[in-house]
Amino acid sequence: MEIGRGAEAVIFLEEGTVCKFRLPKNYRLPQLDESLRQERTLREAKMIAESRRCGVPTPIIRDISRFLLKMEHIEGPRLKDIMNPMMSEEIGELVGKLHRCGIIHGDLTTSNMIFHKGRIYLIDFGLAFYDTSVEAQGVDVHVYFQTLESTHDSADELKDAFKSGYRRIYENAEVVFKRVKEIKARGRYL
Amino acid sequence: MMVFGLEGTAWNLSAALVNENEVLFERNATYIPTKGGIHPREASQHHAEQMGKIVGSVMAYVRERDLRIDGFAFSQGPGLGPCLRTVATAARTLSLRFRVPLIGVNHCVAHIEVGKWQTGAEDPAIIYVSGANSQILALRKRRYRIFGETLDISIGNAIDKFARTMGLPHPGGPKVEELARSAKNYIPLPYTVKGMDLSFSGLSTAATEASKKYDLADVCYSFQETAFAMLVEVTERALAHAEKNEVMLVGGVGANKRLGEMLNIMCQERGAKFFLPPEKFMGDNGSMIAHTGLIMLNSGAITPLPQSYIRPGYRTDEVEIIWA
Repeated sequence: MEIGRGAEAVIFLEEGTVCKFRLPKNYRLPQLDESLRQERTLREAKMIAESRRCGVPTPIIRDISRFLLKMEHIEGPRLKDIMNPMMSEEIGELVGKLHRCGIIHGDLTTSNMIFHKGRIYLIDFGLAFYDTSVEAQGVDVHVYFQTLESTHDSADELKDAFKSGYRRIYENAEVVFKRVKEIKARGRYL
Repeated sequence: MMVFGLEGTAWNLSAALVNENEVLFERNATYIPTKGGIHPREASQHHAEQMGKIVGSVMAYVRERDLRIDGFAFSQGPGLGPCLRTVATAARTLSLRFRVPLIGVNHCVAHIEVGKWQTGAEDPAIIYVSGANSQILALRKRRYRIFGETLDISIGNAIDKFARTMGLPHPGGPKVEELARSAKNYIPLPYTVKGMDLSFSGLSTAATEASKKYDLADVCYSFQETAFAMLVEVTERALAHAEKNEVMLVGGVGANKRLGEMLNIMCQERGAKFFLPPEKFMGDNGSMIAHTGLIMLNSGAITPLPQSYIRPGYRTDEVEIIWA
């Protein structure tokens, strides 16, 4: 049974197991398409398991094959639809844990966060990677802030809540926040 | 209602006259650097030299037909400071001389509004790609929200930089597109997508390196295929995240046929509608400023003289879209 379709994958539910299949994209060259899909499938499996080890709730991986990932089904609403400052604070803690372990999520949008049994689960690690640099952590936080600005009301309040959670967990938080400001000022017309 | 629009944020000085239905008149003067890329001071000198002729031709059109102008719109930013100052000075002068309201227009918003006007798109996810900007936007609560954008240089700038290093004339885009057509092989280049954001500077450098080993046509082709795949991917993400079912491509790089083709395929596969404005509205043009000025004037958004200062870093999401 199909339960969802994102920008890059289709999600099936098979006897309580989520099957995420990365779809071919005909707009890009087959070579590029296959290497991106394969690389992201493997990367996602690895990073989901690693993140769980760092104390961040993620689905349990059950099987991996070509372009296909099978994992535990996390049922619940996406944070995109139920966001509040308390949740944003918890996200700050989770992202702080990831960064403390040297993991960058790479796609921290509120569509990739699920509320389940009182906990927030992070999903979609297809763009995740290892990096301990302030720059990578800054971009990660910047992506999250940008989602708040584009999709949520009272973005400032949500950002502040995130910051207090992140600060609590990650000792290098202030340096990262400073970099986020710099990143925001880049990529602009002169 | 009839509005005069003046554009000149970078390389193209353009004045136009529009009403609700059509572009009545447009005249352009394009600055072409003798070598290298755009030099801001030279570009502004070019605009200053050409201003009399360009504005004069529109005013002559107005006089001959005994028309009445209801507003003078100008691109207030973002753009190159010296160019913006030249344009703003001319617009203020016209507004004072004819005692008609002045309307400061955001250049990026103008690209979007003219695209909607020309294509009939209603509520699209917008991919705006030019020499200076690469943004993915969508309207939410009366602002064009930026869902994703480049973290360093724009796609147009990346192509131009690469082309310049290869000794190709400015602007490099059309030349790279032409060369890419005769390519035979794809060379893997860095593919950098971070969430909904992008990075092009590494790609530009890698392509320059690759050109030392591989055929230039193959490198041009691989550059385009990689960069455009990145752009289409983030557009698709924004489309899914913002839950829109239309996509519109605007900005100078939008003239590239391959980019349009790729977006069209993506839209077909998702069941979304794809909109591509006519080519003459893709690059910087006075008509887009005039049209946006007209809808702003219609909703009462005029710019008092003290607020008409230039805004080189004017962000798309700073403008409240009160007419939406």
